[in-house]
Amino acid sequence: MRTYHQLTDPDRSGLADQIEAQRRRVAGQLAGVKRIVAVMSGKGGVGKSFVTAHLARSLARRGGGAGKEGGEGGEGRAVGVLDADLNGPTIPALLQARAAAAPPAIGLDGVKCVSMGHFLAEGTPLEFHGPSAESFVWRGAMEASALRELLGDVAWGDLDILLLDLPPGIQRYLELCDILGAPPAVLTVTIPTPESRDAVRRAMRAALERGSELLGIIENMVGGELRGSAGDELAAEFGVPLVARIPWHPAREVWDTLALPLTPAPRTPHPAP
Amino acid sequence: MKFLCVECDQQMAFAERQLPGDGTLAATFKCPKCGRVVAMLTNPMETQLVSSLGVEIGGRTVPAERFEIVSAMVKTTGPAWSADAEERLSRVPTFVRGMVKKIYGDYAKERGITEITPAVMDTARAELGLEGM
Repeated sequence: MRTYHQLTDPDRSGLADQIEAQRRRVAGQLAGVKRIVAVMSGKGGVGKSFVTAHLARSLARRGGGAGKEGGEGGEGRAVGVLDADLNGPTIPALLQARAAAAPPAIGLDGVKCVSMGHFLAEGTPLEFHGPSAESFVWRGAMEASALRELLGDVAWGDLDILLLDLPPGIQRYLELCDILGAPPAVLTVTIPTPESRDAVRRAMRAALERGSELLGIIENMVGGELRGSAGDELAAEFGVPLVARIPWHPAREVWDTLALPLTPAPRTPHPAP
Repeated sequence: MKFLCVECDQQMAFAERQLPGDGTLAATFKCPKCGRVVAMLTNPMETQLVSSLGVEIGGRTVPAERFEIVSAMVKTTGPAWSADAEERLSRVPTFVRGMVKKIYGDYAKERGITEITPAVMDTARAELGLEGM
């Protein structure tokens, strides 16, 4: 009896073609995005969303990009944020971005953002219609598809940078690699503790193995009760810069003076839509 | 997924898809040589898994609408919607319907409105500058 690959007639369902069409759609919507950076950490509660939101606002306030006004060195960089934390979206609150009828929403300092939080009623968890029994079988795929839509069904327009605010762990990162067709550059957030160091190390190794460019590490919540030197240790281990130590209650200047390595080689272009 | 007519050693061709409405799916495949037809029946969990990928068995005749999965599959709760308001909402294009529903829901919640009616929609539209929704 012949096997699957020996049956060469086209499948009328064209499932592979449908998946490819989804990828082309994402690529088309991101065609005007110069740089995609995932903000990730293997550890929860380190302030990824906080860092992402303030980083986005800081970049939007600075000149030197294509600019929201469209000119080189214009009013500021055009910045977008995708809140990839579907189950705990906080970016709309951090950017004070109300839902827009036609996403993306516009938040503080003109940062564009898209979030599942714009679709959910306040205080309600993300739930999908469907059979409740053994929902673990399909829920992951459903979340990945929802993430694809939040990324690829949005008119992002021309952006200097799109930040992806990832939830803890590496699952969402892996999904984004598939959706984007290429691994995004990664900026890692940790807190000083050894526990955080160990969890973040795993995530950085996963990103490295997948082919992501590691841009650097931001050590958050520095100077309080949290003891350790996770930022320095990870920076030395991976040979990447420790971009910043962010204290508790940082002033605006902390963000505006970050020397961010965000403009090296452009990301691998998507296949033409 | 492909089907082989073992007797004829022929790949069977997709013939028809049925969605009975109980969460299951039926797809039939026909052998181009002998005409034998087989049906693939999926249980609700299997059907949901396929839907979760954003693909359709039998192929798509039109491209997917924007936010197809988010709009159709994500449960949203909030203020009640009257039948008239629901009907009006159904005229909003699918790709923005979820977002529009959320905007009206937030508007109602902030004002303690427990049911969204066409009158509430009119007021919200005027106050929020949502002409055309």
